Amino acid sequence: MTLNFKYDIHLACRKIIQLELENMNIDFSFLGGGEVDVKKELTSAQASKLKSNLKEYGIYILDNQKDLLIQKIKDVIMEMIYLEEHLPNSKTSAYLSEKLNLSYGHITNLFSEVTLTTIESYIILQKIERAKDLIISGDFTLTEIAYKLNYSSVAHLSNQFKKTTGLTPSAFQRILSKRKQVNQVGHDNA
Amino acid sequence: MNINPIRILLADDDEDDRLFFKEALDGLKLLTSVTLVENGIELMENLLDPKSKLPHVVFLDLNMPLKSGMECLSEIRNNDRLRYLSVAIYSTSSSDSDIEETFVKGANIYIKKPTDLESLKLILNKVICTNRQYFHSSLNKENFMLSI
Repeated sequence: MTLNFKYDIHLACRKIIQLELENMNIDFSFLGGGEVDVKKELTSAQASKLKSNLKEYGIYILDNQKDLLIQKIKDVIMEMIYLEEHLPNSKTSAYLSEKLNLSYGHITNLFSEVTLTTIESYIILQKIERAKDLIISGDFTLTEIAYKLNYSSVAHLSNQFKKTTGLTPSAFQRILSKRKQVNQVGHDNA
Repeated sequence: MNINPIRILLADDDEDDRLFFKEALDGLKLLTSVTLVENGIELMENLLDPKSKLPHVVFLDLNMPLKSGMECLSEIRNNDRLRYLSVAIYSTSSSDSDIEETFVKGANIYIKKPTDLESLKLILNKVICTNRQYFHSSLNKENFMLSI
C-alpha cells in the first residue's frame, strides 16, 4: 500500500516549534512569519537545547542580522512563486524592494555576498524546484505548469529546466519513476 | 562571511585527474577544503570514520580499481548516516543512458569530465553553488539532479 501525503509546511513547522517550546516550559507567542517572541531571556543551556532539538527537523534559529535579512528575502521570493503565481517577471525587483522596504541594489549585493548566488538565479532555481514538485504530483500537464509559473510557453519552461538541471522534464520524470520502482523492488526483497 | 570552507571529497585513481581537479578548485573564488583519495575503499573508510566531518559534496570517479564509483554510491545510499550526502559522479562517459542510470541509483550530480581547466572551473563553481542552495534553502534533496 502507498500513502500519498500533502502537507502545509508552514503549519507543520509552527506546530513543531510550539511543541518544543511547550515541552521546555518556555513562555512565548508567535509574531508571524517565522518570528517568535520569548517572554523571558533564554539561558544558554536552554538556547542550545532548543537549537539541537529543532535541528532534527531542519529548523534553525537565526542569530545574526544578515542571516535574518537573507531569510526574509527568501521568504518573499517563495511567497511570490507559491502564492502570486501570475506575477510578471519584470516586476521582481520592485516587488522585493517594496516588500522589504530596502533598495534593490542593497538586497542583491547582500544576497550574492552571503549565498554565493544571484537573486535572479535563486528565483529560477526555486521556480524549477516548484515545477519538479508539480510534475511529481502528476496533477498537471507541462502546459499548465508553465502557465502557473508564469512562463510564456512550454518551450520556455523546458529550456530553463534543461539549462538549470541538465535534464529535460521528461527525463526527470522517467528517472523518478524508475527510482520508485527500484525502491519498491528493494522493499519487496527485504 | 563564508568563513567555513566548503568540504569536498574526491575519489579518483588517476593522479593527473586528481591534480587537475585540485588545480581547478584552487582557481575558484570559493573557500574550499578538499580531501583526495585514490580508490573506493579509501573513500568509504574516510566517510565511515565517525571522527571525520562529512563533506558537503563527494565526487566519485566511475571506474576505479577495488571498488567502483557505483558501488560506493549504493553503499552511501544504504547507510543511515551517509544517505543524504550530495554525490557527484565524475565520468568520461556522456551517454544519456549512463547518465540516467546513475540518477536512478541515487546520484545528485553527473559531470562529464572536461579536458580543459577553464571548463572544469565553471562546472565546479556551478556544482558547489547549486549544492549550497540545497543545503541552505530547504529544497527537497530527493529532487536534486544536475547533469553538466
